[in-house]
Amino acid sequence: MEESLTLKRLKEQFSSSILDTHSFRGDDTALVKRVDIVDICRFLKDSSDLAYNFLTDLTAVDYLHMTGKPSHGNRFEVVYHLYSLKYNHSVRIKAPVPEADPTIDSLTPLWAVADWLERECWDMFGIKFGGHPDLKRILLYEQFEGHPLRKDYPLTKRQPLIGPEN
Amino acid sequence: MALESALEGSVVLTKVDKVLGWARKYSLFLYPFVTACCGMEYMATAASHYDIDRFGAGLPRFSPRQADVLFVVGTISHKQAPILKRVWEQMCEPKWVVAFGGCTCSGGPYDNYATVQGIDTIIPVDVYIPGCPPRPETVLDGIIKLQEKIQSQKQEL
Repeated sequence: MEESLTLKRLKEQFSSSILDTHSFRGDDTALVKRVDIVDICRFLKDSSDLAYNFLTDLTAVDYLHMTGKPSHGNRFEVVYHLYSLKYNHSVRIKAPVPEADPTIDSLTPLWAVADWLERECWDMFGIKFGGHPDLKRILLYEQFEGHPLRKDYPLTKRQPLIGPEN
Repeated sequence: MALESALEGSVVLTKVDKVLGWARKYSLFLYPFVTACCGMEYMATAASHYDIDRFGAGLPRFSPRQADVLFVVGTISHKQAPILKRVWEQMCEPKWVVAFGGCTCSGGPYDNYATVQGIDTIIPVDVYIPGCPPRPETVLDGIIKLQEKIQSQKQEL
């Protein structure tokens, strides 16, 4: 099958930042270097033939204990789902983030919705978003210690505000 | 017995406790603390098909200060626990608590970082209604059990 326009344009424009791409039944995915995430997303958003104007989702994956070195041996991967209302096409951008320095630049300058999505990602995975205007927990309470969707957070560890630790 | 037969037909003799229990059990003012999908089943029970009003519990209050029964309907997270406790503390005596659905009884399917493993770890519970969510028949059965409990308890004045 012919390579999609999005992946072709990405490879032309950011040849050194694209670590890997794949396409499965019309779903495009690009694995990119985290340092270029804002530039890549800005390019996808502002190019008139791509016009990815909608950030559908922003989340992360923890690959701790996974065999086969996924994500080039990095523990985390931040995943962005972009959608173009104009062309009705979508793309998934993934950026590996190492455990030692779990940071990536914020997309809040491009999409206002990234504000809350990045706060959720910080809350659950402890990934810091550089340049975020107010990076604090969004779902859990301030007293909560740790990030519960990390694979090394004990499954049933509870931190009650009142009542027993059942 | 002579007195009773002399007054028969015009006077009913009973105990204060029994009258108060009878009055209280048929005028339950609920405060529905609804947080999750169980709320749909509460609404189904309250609507005309099952008609919770047949049991004198048809008038939900929108302030805990006017309510007799706290209906905790749905999953309670640890973030919400202090709020639930505060709502309960605002209710006047006599008051009762009903745990509606599996999550409020025991945490239900959510054995994780976020969920309170049964609201009885936070506030006292009078009646547990299990189910995920419970059918309206189960809810009505729970209300009848609560009425039996109210009728048979010592009535504080």
